[in-house]
Amino acid sequence: MLELKNVHTFYGHIHALKGISLTVEEGEIVTLIGSNGAGKTTTLRTISGLLAPREGEIWFEGQRIDGVSAHKITEMGIAHCPEGRKIFGRLTVRENLELGAFLRKDKDGIKQDFERVLDLFPRLRERLKQPGGTLSGGEQQMLAIGRALMSRPRILLLDEPSMGLAPILVQQIFDIIEEINAQGTTVLLVEQNARLALSIASRGYVLETGRIRLAGPAAELMDSEEVKAAYLGG
Amino acid sequence: MTIKATRRARTLPDFTTLILWGLGGISLLVILYRIFVVLTTQEELTATIWGFQLVNGLVLGGVYALIALGYTLVYGILFMINFAHGEVMMLGAYAGYFTLTYLNARGFMETNPILTLVITFVAGMLVSMLAGITLERVAYRPLRRAPRLVPLITAIGASIFLQNAALRIFGSKLRVYVKPSVIEGGFRLGESGIFVPRTGVLIFVTSILLMIGLYLLVQYTKLGKAMRAVAEDKDTAALMGIDVDRVIVQTFMLGSLLAGAAGVMLGFHNSQVNAFIGFIPGIKAFTAAVLGGIGNIPGAMFGGFFLGLAESLGPTALGIPSQYKDVIAFSLLVLVLIFRPTGLLGEVLSEKRA
Repeated sequence: MLELKNVHTFYGHIHALKGISLTVEEGEIVTLIGSNGAGKTTTLRTISGLLAPREGEIWFEGQRIDGVSAHKITEMGIAHCPEGRKIFGRLTVRENLELGAFLRKDKDGIKQDFERVLDLFPRLRERLKQPGGTLSGGEQQMLAIGRALMSRPRILLLDEPSMGLAPILVQQIFDIIEEINAQGTTVLLVEQNARLALSIASRGYVLETGRIRLAGPAAELMDSEEVKAAYLGG
Repeated sequence: MTIKATRRARTLPDFTTLILWGLGGISLLVILYRIFVVLTTQEELTATIWGFQLVNGLVLGGVYALIALGYTLVYGILFMINFAHGEVMMLGAYAGYFTLTYLNARGFMETNPILTLVITFVAGMLVSMLAGITLERVAYRPLRRAPRLVPLITAIGASIFLQNAALRIFGSKLRVYVKPSVIEGGFRLGESGIFVPRTGVLIFVTSILLMIGLYLLVQYTKLGKAMRAVAEDKDTAALMGIDVDRVIVQTFMLGSLLAGAAGVMLGFHNSQVNAFIGFIPGIKAFTAAVLGGIGNIPGAMFGGFFLGLAESLGPTALGIPSQYKDVIAFSLLVLVLIFRPTGLLGEVLSEKRA
């Protein structure tokens, strides 16, 4: 469904991705793990068109999408829920969700998805009229995921959904990610919390300084001595 | 960086700040005392004079507010001061002039005065809109990723270019706006006898209507939501599927439409137009936008009326000739920049740009 072939991305002169190749098949949860600065976020930003790769190809459902602008990639069915949630703080929760469906014209479908998101995250329902900036961190994360779902994406790119959240909330968010996947959305999940990410993913990639270090089924990575030592705390 | 800056602000203000605040306080007291003296001694300041200045201030304020909205809309999205905005307005004023003159010569104005006004406003707004879009495309878009100072200097260049291009094309002679008979003259308000010019009523009402229209558009339409999203975070807006470049163009369009209307209003208000009429009102409107808090839409409306009223009521209240109105306007700018750089209504900006 999604394939990266030898992708190189630069920030100015900094060579951030040094030849990333990966695939995501329909229906999967695939996770990218790795430490800070390994290139996980850069990979997602390159896929969603916020950054253009200097080399390599990105294919999504038979179309080449590297170099296409971000709003067109969203239109193709890739939703990116960015690192740090990036809620529109001065817009209300409802407006944030409506913006998620910005490109859609099917009023009934939008309404349906609006209800679906509020069923997934009941706490947002009480806060529809509040500015996004007044929500707690956990609620903002829920809103960010809900907003991404409003475009009814074929694939959801999630960047660090656990960041800065209390453990009980993290568990909740991950349960919901599994549920979203079960409802038919493919997920590419970037996480620092490697144990948790591998526990819900079918496959994983380990990134290190812009390269893929290891790849394989999640269970195998979980057992690998190397991953244990570096990312699972021994 | 940010942490350091806030910590410094929290501790005791340093010496220069204290002196500045002291000076500010003293000047405020002097001004208040002066107003008190004028009000208690000058007998001839009747309600008629005050009323006339009040009306004048509201009319000017409406024009300033419309132009200020253009500055603020563009700033909210691009963090750039479009100093050529006054010239965009000037082009609208010329378009209005040519439309009026043409319709007058054809005798259309005589028979359809109201329709003539509508057509004049539409023509001014459309021409300004085209000018705004062209400006964005030619002068600003290529500099989107340049440091912030670069488009600012370009804007000043564009402003000078447009002034002189207009001078070359339209000549240096004064062009006189003909007024349809419906907005000639004026009437006296009730017992007080306050004189209200019909042009003033037209300007005030039109500006209020346009502002309500803009507010509704920004609050409730898809474009408005997209604009607010782009103003907060361009990358995330693009992830929602918003075409950021298109929203930027549409923002310029909106701002320029309002400027075009303001240009026609100024034409009626001053009864004339030349290539340089954009400059002073442009800077005044910029002042108004800063007064209210630049980037803040209600702030620009408030700032426009505040400035208009300060300019017209100020000289009367202080007992000085009205030629000093520019001094009052720009003193206000300086004071606001020193004591409340985020503007009278603006808190938004500081938290976002910190």
